[in-house]
Amino acid sequence: MTDGRHHLAVIGAGPAGLAASLAAAARGIHVTLIDSAAAAGGQFYRRPASGLGARRPRALHHQWRTWERLERGLAEHLEAGTIRHLTDHHVWLVERTEPTIAGAGVGAGASADAGDGDGDGDGDGDGDGDGDGDGEEAEAEPGATRHGATRHGASATHTVPAVPVGDPGFTVHALLGPLQERSVAVRADAVLLATGGYEKVLPFPGWTLPGVVTAGGAQAMLKGGLVVPGRTAVVVGTGPLLLPVATGLAAAGVEVAALVESVDPRRLLRGAGTLAAQPGKVAEGARYAAQLLRHRVPFIHLHTVVEAHGEERLEAVTVAALDPDGRVRPGTERRIPCDTLAVGHGMIPHTDLAEALGCRIDGSKVDVDEEQRTDVPGVWAAGETTGIGGAALSLAEGHLAGWSIAARLSGAEPDARAATRAVKSRTRMRSFAAALDAVYAPPAHWSDQVTDDTVVCRCEEVTGGRIREAVADLGAGDVRTVKLLTRAGMGWCQGRICEPAVAGLVGCEQTPARRLLARPVPLGVLARAGTDDDRTPGAGLPPIPR
Amino acid sequence: MVGAACALYAARAGLAVAVVDRGPVAGGTTGAGEGNLLVSDKEPGPELDLALLSGRLWADLAEERAEAIEYEAKGGVVVAPTPESLAALEAFAAGQRTAGVLTEPVATDQLHDLEPYLAPGLAGAVHYPQDTQVMPALAAAHLLRASGARLLTGRTVTEVLRARDGSVRGVRTDRGDLYAPAVVNAAGTWGAEVASLAGVTLPVLPRRGFVLVTEPLPRRVRHKVYAADYVADVASDSAALQTSPVVEGTAAGPILIGASRERVGFDRSFSLPVVRELAEGATRLFPFLSQVRALRTYLGFRPYLPDHLPAIGPDPRAPGLFHACGHEGAGIGLSTGTGQLIAQVLAGRTPDLDLAPFRPDRFSEEAA
Repeated sequence: MTDGRHHLAVIGAGPAGLAASLAAAARGIHVTLIDSAAAAGGQFYRRPASGLGARRPRALHHQWRTWERLERGLAEHLEAGTIRHLTDHHVWLVERTEPTIAGAGVGAGASADAGDGDGDGDGDGDGDGDGDGDGEEAEAEPGATRHGATRHGASATHTVPAVPVGDPGFTVHALLGPLQERSVAVRADAVLLATGGYEKVLPFPGWTLPGVVTAGGAQAMLKGGLVVPGRTAVVVGTGPLLLPVATGLAAAGVEVAALVESVDPRRLLRGAGTLAAQPGKVAEGARYAAQLLRHRVPFIHLHTVVEAHGEERLEAVTVAALDPDGRVRPGTERRIPCDTLAVGHGMIPHTDLAEALGCRIDGSKVDVDEEQRTDVPGVWAAGETTGIGGAALSLAEGHLAGWSIAARLSGAEPDARAATRAVKSRTRMRSFAAALDAVYAPPAHWSDQVTDDTVVCRCEEVTGGRIREAVADLGAGDVRTVKLLTRAGMGWCQGRICEPAVAGLVGCEQTPARRLLARPVPLGVLARAGTDDDRTPGAGLPPIPR
Repeated sequence: MVGAACALYAARAGLAVAVVDRGPVAGGTTGAGEGNLLVSDKEPGPELDLALLSGRLWADLAEERAEAIEYEAKGGVVVAPTPESLAALEAFAAGQRTAGVLTEPVATDQLHDLEPYLAPGLAGAVHYPQDTQVMPALAAAHLLRASGARLLTGRTVTEVLRARDGSVRGVRTDRGDLYAPAVVNAAGTWGAEVASLAGVTLPVLPRRGFVLVTEPLPRRVRHKVYAADYVADVASDSAALQTSPVVEGTAAGPILIGASRERVGFDRSFSLPVVRELAEGATRLFPFLSQVRALRTYLGFRPYLPDHLPAIGPDPRAPGLFHACGHEGAGIGLSTGTGQLIAQVLAGRTPDLDLAPFRPDRFSEEAA
C-alpha cells in the first residue's frame, strides 16, 4: 500500500470498463477491474467458453478487431500487474468509507511519483472508440466521477504516509460466484461505475410461456453458448438490437419467420445530418438489410405483438398493424407459427450502485459531466449507465473516464489535447444515440394489449387487473405505491423487469426504485460487511495492494 | 395511515371528509413502516392507553377485512439475553399488567416452544398476546376506501386559509381551494410544515429508520420478536444511532428486520453501518438467518416529537385546526385511536381519552 500509486476500482468489464481500465493503467493508476462474468468483454463482447471449441466466434461479432486490441491491452496490463481482474465477483454495494489515516490501510500513499504515467494520451492502446458502435446493446458501463481537485495534495514521500486523507475512500463489496455466499471488500481511492444496462421487455398476453425469450437473451445464447434457441423464430419489439438478433439467429440456421418492429426505421433517414456523420452506421445498417434479404427474413414495420399462443409452450404469435397513434388497427391481426419469440423494447441503465452512493440520477441514468464525473467526489460513470448508446459510445466514455481519473487522482487537470479524439467520438455517438432514441419507441398505447389477467410481475404473479385496481380503487399513484399495494416488484428481480410495465399501466414516469442493495446478500455476510472479519477469509484474492 | 383513520372515523361520525395528499396513498412514512400494533414496548401512561384503545379499534376493523389488510394477531415476544435484563423486563411487564396489558412470562425451557428457531442461551422472555401486525399501505388504502371520503391525491397544500378572526376556513392547494370549518394536520413527519402554513409551530422532526427485507420463507418466525433493549431505544432522546433487533415474519413470506433510530434529517443515503447492525442483531437472535438473503432494504422517517408523544387534538392558537401527527414509530398502531379521538372532538363529543398529554401547544417556542 505504500507503493505510491493510486487505486481505482472499475465495476464492469464491458467496453466502458475495459477502455477506462486501460486508459487509467497506462497513466500509472493501479486498477482493479471487477466483473460478474468469467471473462472480460461484457455483453457486447461475449464469447463462447473456450471449452466449446468455437472456430469462428467472430462471426457473431462486429468490432472484432477492437475487441482484440482491448484484449491484448488487458493481457499486457495483467502481466505487468497494473490491472488486477476479479472475475465472478458480484458487486452488491459500493460504500463511501470515512476518512482515515493513510497507513492504516485505507488512505493513499503520497503521490509525488505516482501519477500520470505517459500523460500523452494515446499510449494505451484501448482504441478510443471512434469506430462505428453498432447500436447493439452494449453493457459496459460508464463511470464518471467528480473528484475533488487535490485529493492527495502534494505531500511527497511514500515512506511517511501518516497523512490524514481529505476525501473518503471507497470499499467495493462483492459476492463471490457462483454461490454468492461469501463477500470480499476491495478498497480504492476512486470508483468507476461501468455497470451497463439491462433489457426492457413490456408484457403482453402469453409472454410468460416457455419459448418467449428476451432479444438480448437470445443473442447471449448465440454468442456465449453457440446454442440455437429454436427452429422457427419471430423477433418482435423495437430498437436497434432487433436487427443483429434476427440476422444472428438466421445465420445460425434458425428460420426467422418475421422481424416485427413497431416503428418505421426509415424515419432515421430524416435525421440525415446525424446519419451523414455516421458512415459506419449507415454501412452497418445496409449490411443488416442485406443479411435480412439473404436469409429471406420478412421485415414487418409499424406492427406490434398482440399475443403469444401455446398450451405448454409457445406455438404461435399474433402480431398486428399500428395506427399513427400507436394503437392496434382492428382486423390486421395475423398469426405466425413459431417456437421461439425474441422480444425487446430497448435498454435501461443500471443505476443501483450509483443510487446507494447518492449520485444524482437524471431520469433513469446517472448524471455525469464532461469528464464522466458524477456529483459524488471520487465516483465516475461511463457507458450505458450514463445513457444507452452502444458499444462505441461506451468505449469513448470509458476512455475519457480513465483519462480524467488518472489526472484527478494525481491532483492535476486532465490534458485536453490528449482527449480530442475521444471527445469528438463521444459527441458524435451521443447525437447518433439521441437520433435512435427519437425513432425507436414502443407503441404509445402498448398497455392496451395488457389484459386484466396478463401477469405483469412474474416474481410475485401480479396481474394487470390488480395493478389497475390498485390505481383506480386504492389510490396508488406511482411505481412505489403500486408495489406496496400489490407486491408487484417485490420479488427476486426487485422490479427490474416489471417496473417499466407498471409505470406504463399507472401512466406515470418510470423513476427507478431505489435498490440500495444491488443484489440479494446473505444476512450473515451483511452482518460482517466492512469489518475486519470480512477482509480476512481466504477468498483467493491477492492481498489488497495498498 | 393516521389521515386515513381520521377520515374513516370522522365520516362515521357523520362529517363530510376530503383527504388531500401531495403524493399517492401511503406514499410517505406509512409506506416505509413495518405495521406494528404494539403494546409491549410502551410503559404505563397516555401512550399505552392510546395503544390499548387503538388495539380494540383495530380488532373491530379487522372483523370485516383482516385478510385485505393482512391483520395478524400474532403476539409479541420480548427476549432477555441475560438474567439482569430479564429481571428488568419482568419488572417492566409487571407495571404494564396493572395498566391492562396481557403479559405472560416465558421461562427459558418454554422459549423454543414459542419460537423454535431462537438462539440458545437466552435468559427468558415475556409474551405479549395483544401485539399485532398489519400491512400498513394496504390498511391505509382500505380504510380510506371504506371511509367514502373524497380522495384528492397529487395535490399539495400551500396555505391554511384563516378568517379575519383567526379561525381556519380551509386550505389552498396547488389545484384550488378547499373550504372546511375544520382542518386536520395528519402530515406525519412533515407535520411541522403544515403547522407552519397555519402560522403555528409544532416541532416534528424526522428520525430515520432502516428495514431489511429477506427472501420469502415458510413461516419460521411466528411472533414479533425483539430484544429487551428495544424499549430503551424507543424512549431515548439521543440523536445518535441506536439499533435493536426486531424480527418478524409476514403473511407474504419475507421476514422484516428493524429497527434503527437516528436523527440525521432527511438523509436518504444508504448506511452500511446501520444495516450491518440490524443484520448482526437479527442473526444473533435467529442464527438460521445468516444463510437467508436480504433482498432489499429501505428507509423511512419517523415523525418525532421531543417528548415521544403525538400531537392530537385542537390547536388553541388556530381555532379549527386539529393535529394528528408526531406518533414517531407507532403511527400505524396508534392511528385508529387517534382517528377516533379526533372524530369525537370534531363532533363536539367527549373523547374516550384525556387529550391533555397530547396537546399540540405543549411545547415551548424554543423547542420548535
